[in-house]
Amino acid sequence: MERTQLRRQVALTRQSLFDQGFLDEQFIQLEDLQDDANPNFVEEVVTLYYRDSARLITNIEKALEKNSLDFNKLDGFMHQFKGSSSSIGAKKVKAECTLFREYCRAGNGEG
Amino acid sequence: MLNLGYCKGSMSTASSGGVSDQFPAGLRVLVVDDDPTCLVILEKMLRICLYEVTKCNRAEIALSLLRENRNGYDIVISDVHMPDMDGFKLLELIGLEMDLPVIMMSADDGKNVVMKGVTHGACDYLIKPIRIEALKNIWQHVVRKRKNEYLEQSGSVEEGGDRLQKQSEDADYSSSANEGSWKNSKRRKDEEEEVDERDDTSTLKKPRVVWSVELHQQFVAAVNQLGIDKAVPKKILELMNVPGLTRENVASHLQKYRLYLRRLSGVSQHQSGMGNSFISTQEATYGSLSSLNGLDLQTLAAASQIPAQSLATLQAAGLGRSTAKPRMPMPIVDQRNLFSFENPKLRFGEGQQQHLNNGKQINLLHGIPTTMEPKQLANMHHSAQSLGSMNMQLNAHGDPSGSLLMQMSQQQSRGQILNEATSSQVPRLPSSIGQPIVNNALASGVLARNGLAESGRGTGFNPVSQSSSTMNFPLNTTAELTATSFALGSAPGVPSLTSKGVFPEDINSEIKGPGGFIMPSYDIFSDLQHHRSHEWELQNAGMTFNGSQQSNSLQSNVDVASSVLAHQGFSSSQSNGQGRNISAVGKPMFSAGDATDHVNAQSLGQPLNNFFAENLVRVKTERVPDASLQTTLFNEQFGQEDLMSALLKQQQQQQAGIGPAENEFDFDGYSLDNIPV
Repeated sequence: MERTQLRRQVALTRQSLFDQGFLDEQFIQLEDLQDDANPNFVEEVVTLYYRDSARLITNIEKALEKNSLDFNKLDGFMHQFKGSSSSIGAKKVKAECTLFREYCRAGNGEG
Repeated sequence: MLNLGYCKGSMSTASSGGVSDQFPAGLRVLVVDDDPTCLVILEKMLRICLYEVTKCNRAEIALSLLRENRNGYDIVISDVHMPDMDGFKLLELIGLEMDLPVIMMSADDGKNVVMKGVTHGACDYLIKPIRIEALKNIWQHVVRKRKNEYLEQSGSVEEGGDRLQKQSEDADYSSSANEGSWKNSKRRKDEEEEVDERDDTSTLKKPRVVWSVELHQQFVAAVNQLGIDKAVPKKILELMNVPGLTRENVASHLQKYRLYLRRLSGVSQHQSGMGNSFISTQEATYGSLSSLNGLDLQTLAAASQIPAQSLATLQAAGLGRSTAKPRMPMPIVDQRNLFSFENPKLRFGEGQQQHLNNGKQINLLHGIPTTMEPKQLANMHHSAQSLGSMNMQLNAHGDPSGSLLMQMSQQQSRGQILNEATSSQVPRLPSSIGQPIVNNALASGVLARNGLAESGRGTGFNPVSQSSSTMNFPLNTTAELTATSFALGSAPGVPSLTSKGVFPEDINSEIKGPGGFIMPSYDIFSDLQHHRSHEWELQNAGMTFNGSQQSNSLQSNVDVASSVLAHQGFSSSQSNGQGRNISAVGKPMFSAGDATDHVNAQSLGQPLNNFFAENLVRVKTERVPDASLQTTLFNEQFGQEDLMSALLKQQQQQQAGIGPAENEFDFDGYSLDNIPV
């Protein structure tokens, strides 16, 4: 009983993530990769992603704290982040990255 | 994981349409990406495609993996942006050293980046996020490459291999977009059919044309005569007037040569000092190769990275061409690279980095350097330098080759050094000097070996009875390259192969020791020289190197040598049956030369290269069956290595009954004892 309910919850949450544009088709691809051999594949990947991106974000924050923003470095970080995000299908994050990079290119520190 | 009877052999030898039923399952893929998320996802996708996957997140690890298992992988997928090494550089290295198809990928889909991938020789360019459908079709690149190699070997195809390759590239390019669309495959198929029809022999398998040193020299002469811009295969063919050589052979060789030159010019710009730059840049390694002579060390140092570069540099220096920059910077640090000319392209001389590694870029070098090397080798007799450089170059090749080179150099150096360098063990190194370039394993050690090894290290080379210390080829220390500068510097009289400072510090120290160290190379070279008496007079080369400078001098020497070598190598590279191998050797020589301004070095370098190249070539041919080195050397990718090993072998043979000395590096058989003391 509970399991079914939990499952339903999970499905709903998942669907909402898609609807809100947090996730895109790539995520579905990931899900397709999961099979009996690796039942927790998606989970592993996402965990890995979180860990890696947390590290990236720390770096970004550090870079942002400086008075003179090093846009090149930030751009590099963003590129990395964007790559990761797109790999797992984090659509929104990817979009934000792109936006961030635009700002970097324009030298827009405020953005 | 799946190894369903996927065998390359069947693939390549099969007719254009015939591939094993299970193919592409079992395709062995190497994935390189610093992004762990992406890496894991790719791995999973590839597994689903039934491929065998190996993943690594650092380019150096990837390179070492590739070098250790020469035929262990069928295709490489690499990210463009990586913290430790530029993806394109890696691409070049792999192309040169191992000649494997490489796919680039990135979240960046800007046209200029994609274009960069194409020009650096990538088979394909994928945009992240990677879809599994895109991965399903990567096997086509492997097939295509094999086919092209095959066709290239066969001379009967009328259409130049260039055309085919170009078509393939076109197909490749669009393939990523279409993911192996029907159109692409159809087009390719048509081309294949055309080619097949034109094939008189009706077998794709044709005897591979070996661009021997002489042949290559002829080729270069013809090209120079016509002018590099106006050199067309048809005219070159006529000028060369070699029976049995087809226009297509010339065409593909010309293509490689052009790339090599381009690389050289790039490298020369890159390296201001030549000597130092070699080492520093991996690419330089390529160049360094050429500088085997003195520069080899340098290149070796850097070499491992850029064997091709060094060659290029050398060549450029030697040839005075500012062709394309060798992409491969010679990272001195990259000992492995330095020594290993891995760049397959560089094979010729470049050995530095990978020596042979620089595959794509150096392709030109491949053919050329190798030839050069032998020639150089021949000339080298004078200068131990050449030995050093050769060694260096050879070393750069990759460890396996390096060892050979080292051995060779050792042998040579031994002989020479023994005479001259009282000191040391170093002489041994000189033989190894060539090796320095052989990055493979040798990388650090190589350099050291060449010059240094002798001096005292004695390590690396092991079996070299000469004690020439083949300098620990395995010395992974980047310093090794300096060592390569071998011995040149070591012996005052010694051809100043002086290890370039560039080379790993470690080596330098070593080299310094053996003043006479370098000398040995001389001896060896002289021995080698007689093998191939190429015109080049090493006399200059050897001498000028007077190593005392050790670190720097070697560099310069190497540079000169490399250039000379490169030059020589070019022609000589042909000689080797392995063609590739030799080229590698030849190339390194070039690279070496580039770096330095030393005029002397140049002259020396050349002879050395020739000498070296020749020797290498000779060695190879002779020893082919013997040394296991050969196997290592002859890795397709490492022309240089082989060359070196060949040289070494020769040396060994010459020296004494050539007992294959077991080098640490993989040289199986060269017993340094051969080097007459």
